[in-house]
Amino acid sequence: MPLSPAITDLEQLKNHPSIARILAWNASMIRAVKFDREEMTIVVDRSGIREACALLRDDSTCPFNFLSDITCVDWYPAEPRFEVIYHLLSIPNKERVRLKVRLNSASPAVESLTSVWPGANYFEREVFDLFGIRFTGHPYLRRILMPEDWEGYPLRKDYPVEGYR
Amino acid sequence: MILNMGPQHPSTHGVLRVILEIDGENVVRLMPDIGYLHTGIEKTCEAKFYQQVVPLTDRIDYLCPLTNNLCYVLAVEKLLGLEIPPKAQWMRVLLNELTRINSHLVWLGTHALDIGAMTVFLYCFREREEILKIFEMVSGQRMMTSYFRVGGLALEPPLGFFDRVRDFAGYFPEKVDEYENLLTGNPIWMMRTKGVARMTPEDAIALGATGPTLRGSGIDFDLRRDMPYSSYEKFHFKVPVSQEGDVFARYMCRVQELRESIGIVRQALDGMPEGPIKANAPGVVLPDREKMKTQMESLIYHFKIITEGFAVPAGEVYQAVESPRGEMGYYIVSDGTAKPYRVHMRSACFANLQTLAKMCEGRLLADVVAAIGSIDIVLGEIDR
Repeated sequence: MPLSPAITDLEQLKNHPSIARILAWNASMIRAVKFDREEMTIVVDRSGIREACALLRDDSTCPFNFLSDITCVDWYPAEPRFEVIYHLLSIPNKERVRLKVRLNSASPAVESLTSVWPGANYFEREVFDLFGIRFTGHPYLRRILMPEDWEGYPLRKDYPVEGYR
Repeated sequence: MILNMGPQHPSTHGVLRVILEIDGENVVRLMPDIGYLHTGIEKTCEAKFYQQVVPLTDRIDYLCPLTNNLCYVLAVEKLLGLEIPPKAQWMRVLLNELTRINSHLVWLGTHALDIGAMTVFLYCFREREEILKIFEMVSGQRMMTSYFRVGGLALEPPLGFFDRVRDFAGYFPEKVDEYENLLTGNPIWMMRTKGVARMTPEDAIALGATGPTLRGSGIDFDLRRDMPYSSYEKFHFKVPVSQEGDVFARYMCRVQELRESIGIVRQALDGMPEGPIKANAPGVVLPDREKMKTQMESLIYHFKIITEGFAVPAGEVYQAVESPRGEMGYYIVSDGTAKPYRVHMRSACFANLQTLAKMCEGRLLADVVAAIGSIDIVLGEIDR
């Protein structure tokens, strides 16, 4: 089916359960929303991401109780450079939502979600390993895929595809 | 004592290193160390055209290559807004289910072999041989098939393909009975798997487990039924769920899935629609070779697609499918050019591996092997 244009207006989307829940808590935490290709994306302020995820997990009408994925996109040389993406899934309601946090290249750090979902552990280690984003409060933030003594963050856009060896 | 279950080990199903801290026979702490098979596929995808990424996706979870292909092409088709003809969708379901049977046969054979049942290994690989021959018939390759393309299938299924699959579907259920005969009621098997590596449903959800690892603990969630894709909503199948959460429960889930998958294959054969196998999108889908050799327009399209790729409208999409191991997802970000800006694979085993520590700490050392087998890990998917 042909693509319909994305909806980015908060007024039209505020009834979606995930947005309604975050708006009820703290409306200033939502920086932007987008509903595109039948997927809901919410850009959240980086200080409130852990609280927002905990609220979405414990919501009574539409509990987003499953963390599908944490990943990152590097928009070098644009600022804010990094976008950490969280994919949540509601197993009872069969809904997905995507939360995003935008980080600058100067100090890419965000709070860890391991206190909300222990399963965030490996995903955050991978984002740290490949992009260099620090997750404060992570129990064991070490490289997971690259060797421990590797220097550099391979998936950043200023790291060549061929590598340095 | 700290023991290293090193990357070279017959029971770790790939290059997985597990660092075990043991006290006599009990495991005190367990830490997996991965990254031995990391090949930077996500980075490589950023340097290739969208259609060139398809062979890369085969190699991520090499035991179910068609499932990886399917997930990727569904994600790109979602980005493009393409509509896929019904025959292509039904063929995708048929091959996806054969891939699921293929993967579960390897799992069953190697899991049983780790625990000690060597005959099951040979029986499973005997059936798998027929499936690999079917894949070779349809795509030319036994394992890394790359048969799906953005917009449909690569080629028409050859003459005699459906009869061959029908023959296979005719004798396969008795073979599953054979495997169950050897294992399910076997006292040695039950002693090694019942009550071993138990996991509660709350832990399974909190740790991000999906697939049979989650369904073995009682959570009834299957992406094929609950968030259907590629016309799965037209098929009738049960989703096996077990309540105990131990190795035996996950084993029963997967063996029942073998039976359900062959049922879906039969439904796909019986109801296979007629029609084109590629979508009607000349700028994205390669034209037929006959048209390309005779019509100028098709030749130009063919040339442009191969040399310049096709531009995908900017945006991002997350598409998940139910792979034999759980939720496999592709997150693709497009910036409007012919090469993806970012491709991320959410691999089921990467998250499932986190449950290993929870399952094995405080239990016996010999159960670690059973637990690793029951999660069904594939290091290609974990390390990418």
